[in-house]
Amino acid sequence: MKLFASSSARREAKWAYAFISPWILGLVVFTAFPIIASLLLTFFSAQLTGDSRNFTFVGLDNWARFFSDEKAWAALGVTLRFMLLSLPVGLFIPLMVAILLNSKALIAPGLFRVLWFLPYVIPFVAGVVAWRGVLGQDGPVNGVLHLLGVENPPFWLNDIGWIYPALVLMGIWGIGSAIIVYLAGLGGVPTELYEAATVDGAGWWSSFRHITLPMITPVIFYNLVLGIAGSLQYFLVPFVVNGGNGTPGGSTLFFNILQYKTFFSYQDPGYGSVLAWVLFIVTLFFSLVLFGTQRRWVYYAGETK
Amino acid sequence: MTTMATVGKDGLTGAERKEAKHRKTTRRRILTTFVVAILTFVFFAPIINLFSSSLKDPDQAVATGAPIWPARPKSITVGTETYTIYKVPLEDGTVKEFALIKSGRQQSTLADPLDLTKTFVWKGSWRTLENVWEFSFAIGNYGAVWKLINFPQLLFNTIVIAIVGTIGTVLSCTLVAYGFARFRFPGRDRLFQVMVATIFIPGTVTLIPTYILFLNLGWIGTWLPLLVPTFVANAFDVFLMRQYFLTIPREHDEAAQIEGASPMEILRKVIIPQSWPVIVAVTIFHFVYSWNDYFGPLIYLATKPELQPLGVGLNRFSGIYYTRAGYVEAATILTLIIPVILFIAFQRYFVRGVVVTTGLDK
Repeated sequence: MKLFASSSARREAKWAYAFISPWILGLVVFTAFPIIASLLLTFFSAQLTGDSRNFTFVGLDNWARFFSDEKAWAALGVTLRFMLLSLPVGLFIPLMVAILLNSKALIAPGLFRVLWFLPYVIPFVAGVVAWRGVLGQDGPVNGVLHLLGVENPPFWLNDIGWIYPALVLMGIWGIGSAIIVYLAGLGGVPTELYEAATVDGAGWWSSFRHITLPMITPVIFYNLVLGIAGSLQYFLVPFVVNGGNGTPGGSTLFFNILQYKTFFSYQDPGYGSVLAWVLFIVTLFFSLVLFGTQRRWVYYAGETK
Repeated sequence: MTTMATVGKDGLTGAERKEAKHRKTTRRRILTTFVVAILTFVFFAPIINLFSSSLKDPDQAVATGAPIWPARPKSITVGTETYTIYKVPLEDGTVKEFALIKSGRQQSTLADPLDLTKTFVWKGSWRTLENVWEFSFAIGNYGAVWKLINFPQLLFNTIVIAIVGTIGTVLSCTLVAYGFARFRFPGRDRLFQVMVATIFIPGTVTLIPTYILFLNLGWIGTWLPLLVPTFVANAFDVFLMRQYFLTIPREHDEAAQIEGASPMEILRKVIIPQSWPVIVAVTIFHFVYSWNDYFGPLIYLATKPELQPLGVGLNRFSGIYYTRAGYVEAATILTLIIPVILFIAFQRYFVRGVVVTTGLDK
């Protein structure tokens, strides 16, 4: 087989490889090598302290350790439990806000859109400080709860029953991009569909249920995929809020925090790599399931079967 | 038209109906906007509270009965003496404001704030009295924090890391995106698929070997792990730029090609001048990403506080000064103010950039 039809095609390919060469270099050095190395590391016991680098082959020991590691399973449980709570909120609230911001009755929609996206650009450490301020024991949130007659408002960040709602609340500051994506989806619904529905006597709810919702399923799907990947990777906020020590009562010992500590605190690259791969496999599993269900409920307008 | 004046079932003429409809729409507009405004206010409550706290004097944070806005206990100064003003419950059941002249556990001497010579003795412990608060900003928190966390140093670190990283990202991603958008070469589509797939690889999987790599290179404790990778392009921004380049008509390239322009010249003279929106979007995206990045600086600069950017510095600071109300909040405002200003200035590009990544507006 002749690879190139002509010398001009060969010249074109040479230019192309020259242009994409930075990415190829990055792919090899920062993606392919680390992935292979991290898989290999799962079979080694490694030491990196000081100047000595010590790698000992241990076979499947690290993997066997994972299956009997109650702490790791507990961390996986914590991560999945939190996902069950944060995912519906992370999907539903931005959709509600986007519908409101998309309303024709809204005055100055542009201003409100900018405002709702704004916290997205705030450094998350700053966000955590801001939320810690309002959720403090004597903070404004508890002040409002007092006014509403709640006798003993919760110690949000130190109460095992309230820490997840508090973390979900903090997460609401990051919904800006989801709102924009929903708005793009809502704007893409052909107006003729609504006009036809109005002629047929459909009300707001039935228009929403039978036109808007099916038409924006690709956007919901997109946000769902990102949401699942994001909540499985959940790390920074609990790491900063509770210093990564799992308080209160181990409820914030998320899987990625355990992984981080295994490597950076306990200096165990082999077992740390096992935990990284476990999370990768779990993420892959959820993604495959999600993409498998896609055909049943996601509607693509331009799709040809 | 006769129909306009026809009285309908509801006993209204067309004009009246139109008028009623108009009123109804206006009411709906006001109601919707009102609801959205309230929700927006609640959404912004943490930042309003943060700003307000950053202007509070530390005494206010520990005082009982202090308002939530920045304030200080009201007092009056006569000559060299300062007298604090309290709310005093009087025997007739009313509460009035008096200046405390001489405090005592059993009884205190109070005076009319308007005329300190009108004193009287009040029975009761002065400690039970409540302060009168007046609006007051403690701007001093900002000045104190500026010095305490060595803000200019942190700011300098953050800006240099962000600017160099942004240059690296824009340069490399433009080249790679141009390569994918404008050339035919064996394996192009497969390579592009690989590139998109790499977006979904969780960072934790590559973290440990990457760290070991940087450790062996002796780069831990330097900015290199944060800067060098930006020069080898990232899948997300390449994707964004390629999508944009594809919308530029090929005829423009071909015209330049016929005139003998090399691919590099075409990129410089044809593609880039027509791609400012996406270049600005990637610039802003990366700048804000770098400004807000916490994890990278945390693991690579853990032992070098003097090289850390604002985010890591802020968290270190808040761990030390969390008891000193006002400081952490002021430092936080200083940290977030620049990305917020950038966002407000370039919000159009931001919003478009986010939409492009979804592939919804192809």
